[in-house]
Amino acid sequence: MNRFLKNVVFYAILLGIWYGIARAHIWPPYLVPAPGDVYLSLHDGFLDGSIWIGIRVSMERVVAGYLISVALGFILSLILLSSKTLQDTFGRLFAGLQLLPSIGWLPLAILWYGLSDKAILFVIVMGSVFSISLSLESSLATIPRIIPMAGRNLGAKGWKLFWYVLLPASLPNLISGLKQGWSFAWRALISAEMIIISLGLGQLLMMGRDLNDMSEVIAIMIVIFVLGWAVDTLVFRTTERYIAHRWGLSNPS
Amino acid sequence: MTLPQTQSTTAGEPLRVVAPKRFIPHNANIELCGVEQSFASNKGPRLLALDNINIKINAGEFVCIVGPSGCGKTSLLSLIAGLSFPTRGEVQLNNKPVTGPGTDRILIFQEHGLFPWLTVGQNVEFGMKMNGVKKAERKQKVKHYLDLVHLANFEDSYTHQLSGGMRQRVAIARALATEPNVLLMDEPFAALDAQTRDLLHDELERIWRETGCTIVFVTHNIRESVRLGDRVVLMTYRPGRIKNEWKVDLPRPRHIEDAAVAQLSATILSEMREEITKSMEAEFTR
Repeated sequence: MNRFLKNVVFYAILLGIWYGIARAHIWPPYLVPAPGDVYLSLHDGFLDGSIWIGIRVSMERVVAGYLISVALGFILSLILLSSKTLQDTFGRLFAGLQLLPSIGWLPLAILWYGLSDKAILFVIVMGSVFSISLSLESSLATIPRIIPMAGRNLGAKGWKLFWYVLLPASLPNLISGLKQGWSFAWRALISAEMIIISLGLGQLLMMGRDLNDMSEVIAIMIVIFVLGWAVDTLVFRTTERYIAHRWGLSNPS
Repeated sequence: MTLPQTQSTTAGEPLRVVAPKRFIPHNANIELCGVEQSFASNKGPRLLALDNINIKINAGEFVCIVGPSGCGKTSLLSLIAGLSFPTRGEVQLNNKPVTGPGTDRILIFQEHGLFPWLTVGQNVEFGMKMNGVKKAERKQKVKHYLDLVHLANFEDSYTHQLSGGMRQRVAIARALATEPNVLLMDEPFAALDAQTRDLLHDELERIWRETGCTIVFVTHNIRESVRLGDRVVLMTYRPGRIKNEWKVDLPRPRHIEDAAVAQLSATILSEMREEITKSMEAEFTR
């Protein structure tokens, strides 16, 4: 059985179990709604546009925050690479900071920026920039020595060496770091949106809670799950696979 | 002659002997005067890698440098390439001091150092692109130098699709495409099987004849050095000094199994053995 078919069967069974539990009325429907109710919530949400708006607003935010993180992380990683002392001090600090759950930045962000988009953006950036800059740094630092040597030997120097040699040489590791950074940014976004009136998916999730509407909550969770999965698979995994293939890291099948 | 890897694609075609476009040999003489190089080591005193090296390599000469591992052969090449600098003494190229890397001297490594994200053709093109050669000229030269190493049909392949011997030939084509005066080869065939190595010896000799460039070839394989070199220079174990040198007057083309090659190799080996013992002792007592 191929993987797709396996997954179809798997989710069908999962849905069946869920349906069975809901029908057994072990717990009241406002705690465990049936799949049909969740479907209706999804249907209504898409029909009245609230989910579409949520998706658009959330995606815009996370893309903006992510791009800022990548740009900033890039600069930070180059600065880190320039000195061993900076690596030993700031590098360590970043490694510690990336362990701080991104939501931990929220109170600070709210005090600085108020209950605003800026605060959310700040949390996204803080949640992802350290992991991105550390992985950019390590992927540049772990390029086999022979590659830049060959590049310099063939006349590449300065920005040309960076652009034509170092950057492509580090891409296979770089892309994994960028993928991780994305998942950090995505988590930071949803948590920040839950606290701030924001029109985003996080807020929709919280609205479900406020209205005691469990099927709405689960519906939005499904949307968040599918979106995160889609970006991870369609953007990052595809790129990763392409690079691994092109760089000869996997056996071409 | 063609190599096994290319036989399937060039079968039936007459052997193309690629005539150089203009036979102005690209070469240069190299001179090392009192060169010393030492490295800072984590524990203890500085490590003296090269000590008072004096050698003159003529333009167009094929010089092989042999010695046990740890004799500073690689450091020597890196100095000539301008990728590092001597702590004392001077390296001269055409009677001018070397001040940095330049595409007039190209290094070829044991591991080919090809760029895996580029095709074979793009790899060969790389040096020219970095040096601002026009696109049309680049295309033409890529063809020319891939022809020279018998890989014309692999221009669009990626390097990981090639065998070890083919990769090393791409590395040679990539080096030649910048039309260097000096080819610096650091045990380029050490990781290859014996048959492939034999064939590459023939090709390298032919390419050397056709381009006229100066070659400094580092190896720990004495037979290889006698097979290829006009001159064989033996270095001592740490610190690297020049112990002796032999002029190889044998007629070309040679073969690695020639009796005369074997005989000279034996002479060199008997002198090198002492250095190998020193190197082994140092390894074991570490």
